Amino acid sequence: MDFTAVIAQLPRLVAGAQTTVWLSVAALACGAVLGLVMCAARLSGNIALRAVAAGFVSVFRGLPLLVVLLILFYVPPNFGIETTPITAALLGLTLNTAGYQTEIYRAGFLTLPPGHAEAARMLGFSRLQIARHIFLPQIFRVTIPALTNEAVDVVKSSGLLSVIAVTELLRVSQQIVSSTYRPLETYLVCAVFYFVLSSTVSWTGRALERRMSLKPA
Amino acid sequence: MIDLTALAEFAPAIWRGLLVTVEICAVSLMLGLVLGLVVALLGRLPFRPLHWLIRGYVEIWRGTPLLLQLFILYYGGPSLGFTPSAYLAGVLGMSLYTGAYLSEIFRGGFDAVPPGQIEAARMLGFTRLKTVRHIEVPQMLKLVVPPTTNQMISIIKESAVLSVITVPELTLTTTRIVSETFNVVEPYLLLGLAYWSITSLVAFASRRVERRLVQA
Repeated sequence: MDFTAVIAQLPRLVAGAQTTVWLSVAALACGAVLGLVMCAARLSGNIALRAVAAGFVSVFRGLPLLVVLLILFYVPPNFGIETTPITAALLGLTLNTAGYQTEIYRAGFLTLPPGHAEAARMLGFSRLQIARHIFLPQIFRVTIPALTNEAVDVVKSSGLLSVIAVTELLRVSQQIVSSTYRPLETYLVCAVFYFVLSSTVSWTGRALERRMSLKPA
Repeated sequence: MIDLTALAEFAPAIWRGLLVTVEICAVSLMLGLVLGLVVALLGRLPFRPLHWLIRGYVEIWRGTPLLLQLFILYYGGPSLGFTPSAYLAGVLGMSLYTGAYLSEIFRGGFDAVPPGQIEAARMLGFTRLKTVRHIEVPQMLKLVVPPTTNQMISIIKESAVLSVITVPELTLTTTRIVSETFNVVEPYLLLGLAYWSITSLVAFASRRVERRLVQA
């Protein structure tokens, strides 16, 4: 094994890792917004809204991300809609994580005692205020472990974006392999990058979990 | 907009791809179950270096993308004198990946078996091995059914990345049809439907099994 050729390409790998990070963060944030909206729809009294949200969850949790990406990238041009790799990537990752986050938030919501909302209503809170001050902070606390796992999953899944030519970490590694002919060394270094990224995410999640925990440390 | 004759034309090939996907997933799941169980059992031996080794395996395999692990096996293997076919690299990669996840699930299951049961078995004269075989493993297996079926569903979906290392499974079959016939909509529609059907089927079956286990 000879890592010199790969070491020389480190700056490119770092740039690729930055793309991986920003795409993951953006998808997680957009997915959180969409996931909360879908969660609200799933829990609403309106049957149509509930059906839409249930369908959304079923489709995006039931399809491989790779298939969603291929569809988003190759199908729209057929109908005269231009797509770029980045928009298809962001949209695909967001829809995928939103499907999972919807279920995470729903599970979190179901752990809340109904008395909280009743008490808040008695105190004159509006529905929006209840959602903002009673539900959201508590849902966030109980769902930190699940959200941490989801964030690790998104970072790992973002490797699939290489297939639709987004120059993130894995794509950059492929490019390096094609110029250095050192697949083993390059992909091992790439694995170190992913491992550092995913460990950082799970470590941060655990720290956040301890910090937000109600039990005295 | 959707051409029904095109649907009928592509369906047989996509069905064959689906069978390959199901076959690879079934084999990898079996191997992953065995590997996960062995790793979880080894992790219970009071031998520190073994624990570090197991943690390393679990953290590395769960912390990197499956696609990258497949690249290392398939494109990196030849540098070490190991030249697997795409199919072999796929099965091997998926088994090691599943094994890492399942070993963690099984570890949690073992921890959840009430200690009183193990003590009781020992009081009744069970040897250590007999306690593991007749008390711990059956109880653990019952506890881990829901997370294991979730893992099954996610491995079926993850298997789509095998197309990138040219395993002729569902996704590759479809993308080949697209590039050969320039039909985009119908093949992808069938592809989505195929994955959605198997994952929904497995999810439905697992809910049935879980309900029966709860009643039993």
